[in-house]
Amino acid sequence: MKYKLGTYAVAAVMAASPVMADLVFPSLSYRTGPYAAGGIPFADGYADYFTMLNERDGGIGGVMTRVLECETGYNTEKGVECYESTKGEGSLVYQPLSTGITYQLIPKTTADGIPMHTMGYGRTSAANGEVFSHTFNYPANYWNGASGAINYLLEQNDGDLNGKRVALVYHNSAYGKEPIRTLQELSAKHGFEFKEVPVDHPGQEQKSQWLQIRRDKPDYVIMYGWGVMNQVAVQEAANIRFPMENFIGIWWSGSENDVLAAGDAANGYKALTFHGVGRDFPVFDDIQTHVVDKGNAAGAGDQIGTVLYNRGLYAAMLAAEAVKTAQEIHGEMDITPAMMRDGMEALEMTEAKMAALGLPNFGPEFNVSCQNHGGTGLVGMTQWDASSKTWSLVSDFAPSDMDVIGPLIAEDSEAYAAENNITPACN
Amino acid sequence: MFYREAGDYSTTYAEDQQTFPIRFDRYRYYIVLFIAIVVVPFVVNDYWVNSLLLPFLIYAIAALGLNILVGYCGQVSLGTGGFMAVGAYACYKFMTGVDIWWGGELLFRLPEFNIFFSVIMGGVMTAIVGVLFGLPSLRIKGFYLAVATLAAQFFLVWLFNRVAWFYNYSASGQISAPERDLFGILITGPSVAPWAAYLFCLIFTIASAVIARNLTRGASGRKWMAIRDMDIAAEIIGVNPLRAKLTAFMVSSFFIGISGALFFAVYLGAVEVGEAFGIQKSFLVLFMIIIGGLGSIFGSFAGAAFLVLLPVALKVVGVDWFGWPTDIVAHLQLVIVGLLIIVFLIAEPHGINQLWRVAKEKLRLWPFPH
Repeated sequence: MKYKLGTYAVAAVMAASPVMADLVFPSLSYRTGPYAAGGIPFADGYADYFTMLNERDGGIGGVMTRVLECETGYNTEKGVECYESTKGEGSLVYQPLSTGITYQLIPKTTADGIPMHTMGYGRTSAANGEVFSHTFNYPANYWNGASGAINYLLEQNDGDLNGKRVALVYHNSAYGKEPIRTLQELSAKHGFEFKEVPVDHPGQEQKSQWLQIRRDKPDYVIMYGWGVMNQVAVQEAANIRFPMENFIGIWWSGSENDVLAAGDAANGYKALTFHGVGRDFPVFDDIQTHVVDKGNAAGAGDQIGTVLYNRGLYAAMLAAEAVKTAQEIHGEMDITPAMMRDGMEALEMTEAKMAALGLPNFGPEFNVSCQNHGGTGLVGMTQWDASSKTWSLVSDFAPSDMDVIGPLIAEDSEAYAAENNITPACN
Repeated sequence: MFYREAGDYSTTYAEDQQTFPIRFDRYRYYIVLFIAIVVVPFVVNDYWVNSLLLPFLIYAIAALGLNILVGYCGQVSLGTGGFMAVGAYACYKFMTGVDIWWGGELLFRLPEFNIFFSVIMGGVMTAIVGVLFGLPSLRIKGFYLAVATLAAQFFLVWLFNRVAWFYNYSASGQISAPERDLFGILITGPSVAPWAAYLFCLIFTIASAVIARNLTRGASGRKWMAIRDMDIAAEIIGVNPLRAKLTAFMVSSFFIGISGALFFAVYLGAVEVGEAFGIQKSFLVLFMIIIGGLGSIFGSFAGAAFLVLLPVALKVVGVDWFGWPTDIVAHLQLVIVGLLIIVFLIAEPHGINQLWRVAKEKLRLWPFPH
């Protein structure tokens, strides 16, 4: 018995010990807790894309990829534990999928020289690469989202929002508070009335908030929610018969999980996005042949093609492209986190590139530079069709109001630089 | 064999009354202290400090504090998370310079406190808040008091989320600890050396344990225990319930405030009140003292160690060794912690501390039980 246990232990240690020369992508995922409904598809998409690269192309540039998954439960303490336990394994880029964990990791990753990619979340002002040297948030951030929603409303109202009332239902945390400044500035600029309606974690109880909305009768409601809060909000909006086409969620409030629970009542609900939706992309055929059919799909394998799965896939694709860029710059295949950072900073996403990857028109074209870690900030709008149970793009990726966002990013990043004695610089 | 007083003669009262009257026990204590202070700082790395040692030391202080209130004085509290938040936010305000506003104008700004005193001020402020929320304990007991402290938990979290002054009007509502040093050695911030953070917390943990130990075996501790065992009888023999209960709330909150301050400034570096100091934190610390042992100093440490180490140990065994999916392990952990609490409540209500005591009794006789 003892011998057997010893053998198991040795085998386990050998199985766990890192194979030499591989590209390590830690996945700080959450498959448990109140936010698991969003965490699972994202983690599946992230893992499946790398599995596909390994199976189809033999890794990236001939070097195999390895996804290190670590469960955070959307909890910052566990996030720190995950970061500390994986950073020694040659982790190339962190994607925590949590604004709270992002705030923890911005100083830590900068000190350790490992890049972090917070795609569409995290600290918005990290778009200023002169201050946040190791944090990237391309292709779009929270403030682009807020401005994109307002731009869409402007378009709907022939360019005039004067006297309209817009309410923001938000997760009462760092994440939900992000768009408030931008929306305040935009309300001053366009003359609409802006009202904040906070919802506390985890957001299962929103009766009073929606009662307030029913009383105030805003023309439009924008939502920054996540996890179980989204479904509850959509259901409550349906209960007070708020017109769904006037209810717009940020991209974290726009997945199948959020609207299916409300059934037909959710028909017409809108959500922003910065990438394509659906399964009509050639890359999904490769996922099917190389990952699903071989039984290598991450998780239960039932999430393929959902909005958040696509987002995980998109995050993985951008990371893989950054690796390719880094390999080209440094002429070395087995790259280090420092090279990865250079690759991310030189990343160029063009339509030709995306089409070659089997993802035509999947996301906006953008360039990353040292000054701009945030990309172009193009956002599109999707709408839910409850009868066919699909999201579809109803407006093309359109630019957001950088005249408002630019100064806000400069202001917030300069405050961070002053607090932390950083001299903004590009090298 | 071990833990015997045979041949161990005390010639003064002081020797008779020391914390570890048995020589063997005392030496063991000195050795543990020696290893913790002199050896550990030289061998630890980032992972050990940030994933195991810091949370252990910090939760040990919180468990000590809660144990004084619940274990020694018998006042059930579910407000631990809220009180830790007070410590964290007070520490933040003092380390960035408290600003006092009146009528929209800045009246004055205190100079920035040194990190050591910021942490102490975190404790002091929490003690004041704790006494305020302890006032209902004079009228209500048991479950009703638990509910009253639960109100404190929710009120405090709401307050720190709502009033922008507490987080210095930052856009995200997060507080993040700026870099601070002590005698030129960085204590907070991302580039702090692991041993420095460890030693800084260790000092507070040792000091808290020594203070708690000496308070609980002195006059005030006896008063707390008298109140716990039967408050009417205690009142009849001359214990002032007002003073006893409020001092218990004060001392307990002081320790919890210190732990909250360290939790924010040294361990996490940035916190968001609802996420870091929510109701689950209150329960976690309560579980620590239930599993560790109510009314014991050692139990606070054992409970904290147990609940900090268990998830990490399960993760290492389940994910790294056996390669199980991470979500299965996370669910398994919830099941195991829940089971353990039930098992401890049924099989050993006095917690790990009682197991330790029994082991010591056994070792006194071992290997000659007759």
